[in-house]
Amino acid sequence: MPAPETILSVRDLAVRFGRSGVRAVDGVSFDLGAERLGIVGESGSGKSTLGRAIMRLLPPAANVEASQLDFDGAPLLTRPEREMRSLRGNRMALIMQDPRYSLNPVLTVGKQVSEAALLHQRISKKDATAKAAEMLARVRISDVERVMGLYPHQISGGMGQRVMIAMMLLARPRLVVADEPTSALDVSVRGDVLKLLDELVRENNSGLMLISHDIRMVAAFCQRILVMYKGRVVETLTRLEDAQHPYTRGLVAAMPDPRRPVRRLQTLDRSAIDSLEARS
Amino acid sequence: MIAVENLSVSFGSDAKRRQVVKNVNFSIARGETLGIVGESGCGKSTVLRSLAGLDRHWTGDIRLDGKPVDRERSLEHLKLAQMVFQDPYGSIHPRHRIERVLAEPVRAMKIGDGWDRVAAALEQVGLPASFAERFPHELSGGQRQRVAIARALMLEPQILLLDEPTSALDVSVQAEVLNLLSDLREERGLTYLLVSHDLSVIAHMCDRVLVMKEGEFVDELSSEDLASGTTHHPYSTTLFEASYI
Amino acid sequence: MSIATSAGKQNKASLVLSRTGRGLKGALSKLSREPVGLFGFIVLAILVIVAIFAPLLAPYSATAQNLSNTLQPPSWQHLAGTDEFGRDILSRLIYGTRITIQTVMAVTLIVGPVGMLVGIIAGFVGGRTDAILMRFTDIVLSFPSLILALAFAAALGAGLETAIVAISLTGWPPIARLARAETLIVRNTDYVAAARLYGASPMRLLFLYIAPMCIPSVVVRLTLNMAGIILTAAALGFLGLGAQPPAPEWGAMISSGRQFMLDSWWVAVMPGLAILLTSLAFNLVGDALRDILDPRHARS
Repeated sequence: MPAPETILSVRDLAVRFGRSGVRAVDGVSFDLGAERLGIVGESGSGKSTLGRAIMRLLPPAANVEASQLDFDGAPLLTRPEREMRSLRGNRMALIMQDPRYSLNPVLTVGKQVSEAALLHQRISKKDATAKAAEMLARVRISDVERVMGLYPHQISGGMGQRVMIAMMLLARPRLVVADEPTSALDVSVRGDVLKLLDELVRENNSGLMLISHDIRMVAAFCQRILVMYKGRVVETLTRLEDAQHPYTRGLVAAMPDPRRPVRRLQTLDRSAIDSLEARS
Repeated sequence: MIAVENLSVSFGSDAKRRQVVKNVNFSIARGETLGIVGESGCGKSTVLRSLAGLDRHWTGDIRLDGKPVDRERSLEHLKLAQMVFQDPYGSIHPRHRIERVLAEPVRAMKIGDGWDRVAAALEQVGLPASFAERFPHELSGGQRQRVAIARALMLEPQILLLDEPTSALDVSVQAEVLNLLSDLREERGLTYLLVSHDLSVIAHMCDRVLVMKEGEFVDELSSEDLASGTTHHPYSTTLFEASYI
Repeated sequence: MSIATSAGKQNKASLVLSRTGRGLKGALSKLSREPVGLFGFIVLAILVIVAIFAPLLAPYSATAQNLSNTLQPPSWQHLAGTDEFGRDILSRLIYGTRITIQTVMAVTLIVGPVGMLVGIIAGFVGGRTDAILMRFTDIVLSFPSLILALAFAAALGAGLETAIVAISLTGWPPIARLARAETLIVRNTDYVAAARLYGASPMRLLFLYIAPMCIPSVVVRLTLNMAGIILTAAALGFLGLGAQPPAPEWGAMISSGRQFMLDSWWVAVMPGLAILLTSLAFNLVGDALRDILDPRHARS
């Protein structure tokens, strides 16, 4: 079911690094509406590079090309860096793997969230603090007063990720790129963080790109999945059961499943996949 | 093969003293694979490091192969159990060639020259002999973890202690490494203690699983329990559900 | 049997040789991408060649006086002029490279191993040993190095050897601190934990596991230190506490040229230029080495 309005439109996106000309991302095309889109692949598949290329966060050595890369109907690639910077804080957001590295280590949590509030809304400092407290409560942080006084290294990974989400709630971004948002977290809090992310994008009617190596998690959470292998999208799925491509099927089969115990796990036949890819 | 009684581990002193492992008991039969599952900070890795002889803050009684071992291990006792670490990028000396990595255990123990065993060691973990020449940074994560497993087996231990051996790897590589571990267990009759946060990996590898929370075992699951999804404690139910979102 | 092993050894030797060759080639190709560092290396290479072949290269004797030919300005005869005793300054500078290189090498060979040993032992053993070694290091570190060197030179009598000892005595603490910091990181890595598990002795851990990880940063630091050593040696020479006349030590040459500075600038400026160029070259090489040996600091 295609989304009524397109937030992000990507055609033939390619990323090359340096002079070597190796394509980390090669001919990727997709449209993103107000929906949850999963990008799945193993390390080196180009999935993180894709997310960063859309945010224009790649180092200068990376050469990004696309016949179309439109965000909210306007092209992204030609924008000056200044515009991109204000865009990234407001209209698009990136959630990274480990919140301990994406939060400022020398500012307390409360200060960072209220800074974000000051940045996006013309309100007084006092109102910003109140707003920050409200947002932190909104992401179900129980002891808001105490948490606001803590530094990032004093909070757990799950709480850190909630703080990141609270900061984004303030900005109400149109596009959220979440790059492995749960893989640094304990299994029991992963679900909560994903649920919060979902609420956030629904509430703001925004689009979510969830980048992950965990195909089952993505399949359970997203409406559509792009499977990437060596920089290319090999398959677009709505249900994991419909997977046709040997790479996708191999990935699913390689995961151990307690309900279906096997003596040996299936492994990927990479040469077969490579020769199949070379033919197409 | 492994018998642990009243194992407690505490760090820090006096007021800041924190008990990480609280009086745990368990035993593992020869050839059995026991899993310990739990979240970060629950003390599962500390149990493993105490068994290996890396942590010396423990009290209680640890027997490996029937022999009680001390906090300070003798060379003989070290040979009983070896460990495979979580991060294949950090567990191999970056400036040693693979041949030295593999020969070192033998040389350090002064039980031989070591170099002559390198080719066979590489072969048994499915790596070509030409890898002996390489440096660790020329290998992928999965290949490094194979080298780490080969190194742990150089002293021919009866017991392998596995600390999240595949959590830094891609799923397809994880499958290869888990298969390798299963094969080695079969060939050599090894006893494994596998620690992980990933219930599906534990369930695949282990005959029995202990669920650990805040330094204590709260539940024990057999492989039948895992297949049918039976649990005996609310915390294991939470873990179970969280694994399949 | 014996033939087989000797063949094996030969194989091993040629293997090592080809590996070293490959390593060198890699380092050279990295260096060629660092033009500034390459310049430093070339200057240093020239310096070493000049020091080795000084008697062949120098047009005149470094010590023979010619009182009828004093304080001549630079000319085709005397490219860098002559000093107050009519000695050719260029020849003196050329012979002076020997003293400079000798000082730098001697100090580095003392300071490097001593500093590294103190540092890795302090970092590895920890506890009371660490506290004692590092407090002692702090004490030495808190002395201004030139003043301490002065005191030693004064106590032991002036001379090149004294200068070397004096500079070395103040030179090792920074190395020790650096080696200790590296050791503290390496000590807690998994590969050291694994080595403990297969029974590696403390000596083995120190020299086969920890020391190799400290060497790159220590080498970089030593190279950067060399510039400082040259300056300290020159300062000691300038103050009359280093090499004694008529030895052509650069600092002493500046010192004696000082009196004629206004009329005959070249007597002081030429050795000054030599010092400047040499210490600059050492700094550039140190920076380049850091980029090559220590990927953590590499510029992207």
